[in-house]
Amino acid sequence: MTALTPQTADFGPPAAMRDTPINWLKKNLFSPWYNTIITLVIGAIALYAAYTFGNWALTTAQWDVIPRNLQLLMVGRYPSELYWRLWVLLGLVAVFSGLSWGVVARRAPQLYSRNILIGLAIAAGVCLLVPTPLPYRLLLLALLLVIAITAWVGQQAGQRLPALGTWISFGWFGVFVTGLILIGGGFFGLESVGTNEWQGLLLTALTAAISIVLCFPIGVIVALGRRSPLPILRWLCVAYIEVIRGVPLITILFMGQVMIPLFLPEGMRPDRVIRAIVGLTLFSSAYLAENVRGGLQSIPRGQGEAARALGLNPVLTVSLIVLPQALKAVIPAIVGQFISLFQDTTLLAIVGLVELLGISNSILANPQFLGRFSEVYLFDALLFWGFCYAMSAASRWVEAKVNVDH
Amino acid sequence: MQRTGTEFGFGFLNTQAAFDIQESIIPYDPATDSYGRVLLAGFLNSLRVIIPGLILTTLLGILAGVVSFSDNWLLRKGSLLYVEIIRNIPLLLQLYFWYRAVFSKLPNPDNRLAWFGSIYLSNRGVFLPWPAMNWQFGSSAIALLVLVIAVGWLWRWRTQLMVETGQSGQSQLLALWALAAIALLLVVFGFGWQIPQETDSAVFDGGLRLSAEFSAILFGLVIYTSAYVSEIVRAGIQSVAKGQWEAARALGLKSGLTMRLVVFPQALRVIIPPLNSQYMNLAKNSSLAIAVGYVDIYSVANTTYNQAGRPVEVMLIIMVTYLILDLMISAVMNTLNNLVQIRER
Repeated sequence: MTALTPQTADFGPPAAMRDTPINWLKKNLFSPWYNTIITLVIGAIALYAAYTFGNWALTTAQWDVIPRNLQLLMVGRYPSELYWRLWVLLGLVAVFSGLSWGVVARRAPQLYSRNILIGLAIAAGVCLLVPTPLPYRLLLLALLLVIAITAWVGQQAGQRLPALGTWISFGWFGVFVTGLILIGGGFFGLESVGTNEWQGLLLTALTAAISIVLCFPIGVIVALGRRSPLPILRWLCVAYIEVIRGVPLITILFMGQVMIPLFLPEGMRPDRVIRAIVGLTLFSSAYLAENVRGGLQSIPRGQGEAARALGLNPVLTVSLIVLPQALKAVIPAIVGQFISLFQDTTLLAIVGLVELLGISNSILANPQFLGRFSEVYLFDALLFWGFCYAMSAASRWVEAKVNVDH
Repeated sequence: MQRTGTEFGFGFLNTQAAFDIQESIIPYDPATDSYGRVLLAGFLNSLRVIIPGLILTTLLGILAGVVSFSDNWLLRKGSLLYVEIIRNIPLLLQLYFWYRAVFSKLPNPDNRLAWFGSIYLSNRGVFLPWPAMNWQFGSSAIALLVLVIAVGWLWRWRTQLMVETGQSGQSQLLALWALAAIALLLVVFGFGWQIPQETDSAVFDGGLRLSAEFSAILFGLVIYTSAYVSEIVRAGIQSVAKGQWEAARALGLKSGLTMRLVVFPQALRVIIPPLNSQYMNLAKNSSLAIAVGYVDIYSVANTTYNQAGRPVEVMLIIMVTYLILDLMISAVMNTLNNLVQIRER
């Protein structure tokens, strides 16, 4: 009787459709004949490119230019006895990033999922391998640890205090102001550091952060102005957006460097960093305004009308009902704009500011490091890539978490 | 302005420019020609980057976007890798990299790289075979244009016949192949291709010489903008309902034909508006040519400002130039957009 009921009944798909590695290869790389050719050609090119690059990176490339100039690339000529201020700022940023992460993920069943643990391990490895003196590496590792711990704290606190998110938003603003004070000094007995000593990645991050903080409200106001019923205001906003969007950023930065001093009275010349930030902000807020306008247009009229029917005045209608929904709808576009603003800070190198790319160029002009273009530019590219990729990954993650609410 | 003692006006455009520019398609002599002429030369140089840039970007961007739906894992991942790497690195950094680490680091002309005995790469620039600009090329080009129109007309006639009378269209297909063969012969033999010839040691004659600066700005812009175009194309194709794919497959169309006849025409409606703004970005980003030392309109205007003062006038000239470029691109794209829109009854 047992012979009639085989124990090893096989109810899976037929052999040709199973998920074995061979079938995967057949399906994805060699299925019709032309795919085999494509695979072979692309594979050969990829292998050749990887071999050439690896060979160059391991034998020909002289990477010593990076560790020898790492401090310059990071902070430029910022006085070294004041580095502690930057570390304090980094620490604050780490605490608040961890808290924000925890609060956003407060409903996640598991804070440290497998992918996140792998990511943390990689980050720890990078921190330990950075070519700086050992104390700095340990400090970096400590920052990472702070992020991981405060994330747990943030999650626990976020579950108990629902209002914590709002407080953290204000906290970020506090971090921003504290950061400016810490970097620039001049308050509370802190030694003042002139803007011409803000250089390297520090200047890149700083100009990007200030411009982002400033362009957001301006962009929202201009977007609202473009939809305003007052014709003159509307025309002004349209003209602003269209003129700015019609010219390259480099002309606006140039205008900032040349025209602002021309139109201001003699004694009032804002310094170069501020002029550059003004240019970046003016440029970015026009693009941001268009993104926000897209969000505003996606909100049905009924929302505004319902708010009016409930007796809210126009200001409250916009700020409590329409804007929150509109901004939420265009988070990806806004973050994309911030990322391109961050990338656009490189253009400051053309108008003579020494941000990351500018200081790289001046290092490359040093006869000692002549011709090491690939090494330095690849290092810069890696830094920018890391920041931008992290920003877009974080925005996708936040968006996914925020949308769970619906 | 009153402080600096200058009066607003464009009279300075007629005064002598007295600075040289490396390359120009119109004759320009710094000893006699005016600022107006050098600005025109710069504008033409800008167009020389923007127009080929737009064409190459379209081709590469669509290729990379379509390929991200390929059955082939390697192609799919390759396209993804390309987009993720390029989009997250600033354009200016890429331009510096291409110019200073690639095109200027090519071997010197004596040890140039050569492909097929007709394409040469060296740090002096890129040399390509190119048709000689004479009457032979002109007449062949006109003949080719006539052929293209004939092919288009024949194609529509064939489709009409096939739809209305159910004919197989085989004889017209034969005619189309014959026309294509003639066109190919015309391009190969009628254009009078000139292959760069080494006349002196490392001096080339004939063919097309692209300077290292031009190559770097064109290459950098195309690689960068194509990554964005590829994302737009990918989003456009994804926006086509899945049922369209399935229906086309059910009718027996192969995947290539499904993409070409069913999905892509519908995707175009979603693709064109954002494509327009990417094209404008390419035009505006061409102003970064100043970083690699290619003399475009912005670079010339910058030098003009340094020599002649006149910040406001120079600024206005730049603004109007880019406005004209933007409007031209918009006009073309809007026409295209009207062609692909759904015609509702």
